[in-house]
Amino acid sequence: MRSVVEETAIQEKKTLGFWIYLMTDLILFASLFATFAVLRGQTAGGPGGHDLFDMPFVLLETMILLTSSFTVGLAILGSNRGYKKQTILWLIVTFVLGAAFLALELSEFSYLAAEGNSWQRSAFLSAFFTLVGTHGLHIAIGLLWLIIMVIRLVKFKFRQTDLNRLALFGLFWHFLDVVWIFIFSIVYLIGGMA
Amino acid sequence: MFQNILDFVFGRLKPSDFVHDPIMAGAGFAMVGALVLAVIGLTYFKKWGWLWRNWITTLDPKKIGIMYILVSVVMLLRGLADALLLRAQQASNDAAGTLLSSDHFQQIFSAHGSIMIFFVAMGIIFGIFNLIIPSQIGARDVAFPFLNSVSFWLFASGMILINAPLVVGEFSTAGWLAYPPLSELQYSPGVGVDYWIWSLQIAGIGSLLSGINFFVTIIKMRAPGMTLMKMPIFVWSALTSTGLIMFAFPILTATLGMLALDRLLGMHFFTADGGGNPMMYVNLIWAWGHPEVYILVLPAFGIFSEVVSTFSGKKLFGYTSMVVALLAIAILSFTVWLHHFFTMGAGADVNTFFGIMTMIIAIPTGVKVFNWIFTMYRGRVRFTTPMLWFMGFIVTFTLGGLAGVLMSVPPADFQFHNSLFLVAHFHTMIVGGVLFGAFAGFAYWFPKFTGFTLNERLGRYAFWNWIIGFLLAFIPLYILGFMGATRRLDHYDPSMGWQGLFIVAGIGVAIICVGVFFQLLQLGYSIWKRNDNRVGSDPWNGRSLEWSIASPPPEYNFAVIPTVTTRDEFWELKKKKRASLLKPAYEDIWLPKNSGLGPIIGAFALAFGIAVIWHMWWLVVISLIGVIVTMIIRLTSDNTEYKLTAAEVAKHELKRGIV
Repeated sequence: MRSVVEETAIQEKKTLGFWIYLMTDLILFASLFATFAVLRGQTAGGPGGHDLFDMPFVLLETMILLTSSFTVGLAILGSNRGYKKQTILWLIVTFVLGAAFLALELSEFSYLAAEGNSWQRSAFLSAFFTLVGTHGLHIAIGLLWLIIMVIRLVKFKFRQTDLNRLALFGLFWHFLDVVWIFIFSIVYLIGGMA
Repeated sequence: MFQNILDFVFGRLKPSDFVHDPIMAGAGFAMVGALVLAVIGLTYFKKWGWLWRNWITTLDPKKIGIMYILVSVVMLLRGLADALLLRAQQASNDAAGTLLSSDHFQQIFSAHGSIMIFFVAMGIIFGIFNLIIPSQIGARDVAFPFLNSVSFWLFASGMILINAPLVVGEFSTAGWLAYPPLSELQYSPGVGVDYWIWSLQIAGIGSLLSGINFFVTIIKMRAPGMTLMKMPIFVWSALTSTGLIMFAFPILTATLGMLALDRLLGMHFFTADGGGNPMMYVNLIWAWGHPEVYILVLPAFGIFSEVVSTFSGKKLFGYTSMVVALLAIAILSFTVWLHHFFTMGAGADVNTFFGIMTMIIAIPTGVKVFNWIFTMYRGRVRFTTPMLWFMGFIVTFTLGGLAGVLMSVPPADFQFHNSLFLVAHFHTMIVGGVLFGAFAGFAYWFPKFTGFTLNERLGRYAFWNWIIGFLLAFIPLYILGFMGATRRLDHYDPSMGWQGLFIVAGIGVAIICVGVFFQLLQLGYSIWKRNDNRVGSDPWNGRSLEWSIASPPPEYNFAVIPTVTTRDEFWELKKKKRASLLKPAYEDIWLPKNSGLGPIIGAFALAFGIAVIWHMWWLVVISLIGVIVTMIIRLTSDNTEYKLTAAEVAKHELKRGIV
């Protein structure tokens, strides 16, 4: 095995690299946000945000995602203190909340599409579906990551490498939360104004 | 029924897609023929195992770097062949289309630009990063060796995709940046633009991962004592360049993604109808595209800085100002993108802002030029080939830079926009800057990785052919631009009086080809006569750490990680003549094991590209699952490293000491 000093140095590299990856992802989202801002009024005679968005529904989505960010925080706190059962439990709760969020988002998408307001309707809807959908895609990847991580934590009884990855997962999940807050504010609140 | 199955399996691929006109068919046959020959050769000489173990699965950045360079050289030849065809067409002013039809001409200029930027310039830059950065900062490896392999194989997949139209289908006719609405489904219904999108998208993601990788490598893996201001200037240039990659490439990913969604799912981001905004694309693509120019040229600046100080026998003049200039260029590069389309109509105030910011970039660049000249001043200059390339660069770069400042004046730009003046300008910068830098770096660092130098005489022949051909090829284009010739013309009215200058430009390209011939000859001859040119680890009396290790370096680079005290560490050590009399204290070294998963991810990415271009939806699903599963396999596997014990290191070092 490598020495502890070396292991720490490797973990530092991974943490920095992951932070940088998150920042690049943020720029990807920034490009999509900018595009949404430009195309927001381009409804091509179709419905705008004011006509489409169901605010209580979006608030429910937001609350679920924010809660999942809280539970993943509890899981990481638990893992730091060596509480294995609680860690797993909170990760499972996080998964359930994330999956519920994704299900709600997909139901919103399918509802819009069924009403004839799909991404093909106007530039505004293209930008909406792409921005929100990209976030949803990230959530889906996070859920996959979560499944694999829980299996590994249980199977290998909380090895240090898996715990390090759990910390990175926490970063990822909080990051998606921050992006969602911007989606909530810019897409739904500002974009939903008449 | 049968037709339905065929449509399901092959998407929109039809047998007729394999039929091409003679020139493309010839190129396609040559490419496939070369591949078949390679396969036969590898089988005959039983080299498959060697290829797989030593190259394809390697995680050693030095080998990955060599593979990058190899791909780039092949792509340089492809791009040069394209350039020759374009020049022949314009010089002959062949309106009838006997040589190239308009459609084929458009495909060629689109391919020429895309290939030269993404698969030559980017490939060279990443190749040199891989080869040089770890050894210059006193490290054994990059931060994420497996990710490095994935980056390379994504680059290779993109390269295959962009060349595939020679065999099947057609390439984009929408220019190297595929402006909509021309690149939208409505006006380009074929597979051409899809080939362009997905080859760039796949290679671009590789570039982004590589950028992150080298940024972390430089930040976290420098030898003890090497503070930021003690880094060799090439490392600084790489740090700023990778910083730009991290900021710029996500924009490219998003932009290409949106164009792809327009084409695949009928969205309306950039379409002419449905409320889409084509100028949004142009803004986004240049928000990536202008920093991209500096991503390419900053490392070339770094190479020249190393070359000029080594061959002048002096330390680099104004190191701190060089660093400040690099950072200034990097930051300013995000504030000038609109100068690519002053004619958009953003208004006088906006155009003035971007015009002034563009002019300001000339200041840090000018600082660098003067620093290089002052480095030569009162130095003992050795006129070796890297130095010749450097001096050629100073001349062409200053020329092109002045043309650039001229174009940054918005009213003047309305005259130059999309003219051959612009074409001449950016070729002067990219050929004279990036490519000459790459040639200088190639000759400079070649002995480090092979143990022998390149033939100097043939190198000089190559240089003089290049520089003369280059000036002949591009000065006429500046003049033609003034005369009103726009870019991308496959024919023009003979009464314009342009043909003479186009012929001169064609002759220039022919002379460049002679230069390239000499370069290939130089490489072949030097390898053939390698025993005459054997040199030690430090053929040029170098200054930085890479010259302190053996040529070619062992897989672990440094048996003992050096401790750095000054900027030109190796140079200072040599001055003190502090030979290592002490018995070096070797330690166990951990190295990454080879992994076949990188090339497998690349293969799945290639399959994904083909599938999405030809609408084979089943293959899209399978290849995506393939990529995800392969990544999970890698992330959940242990024992990815092996240990080289201190005793083995000592044995290796001893063996090399005797040999």
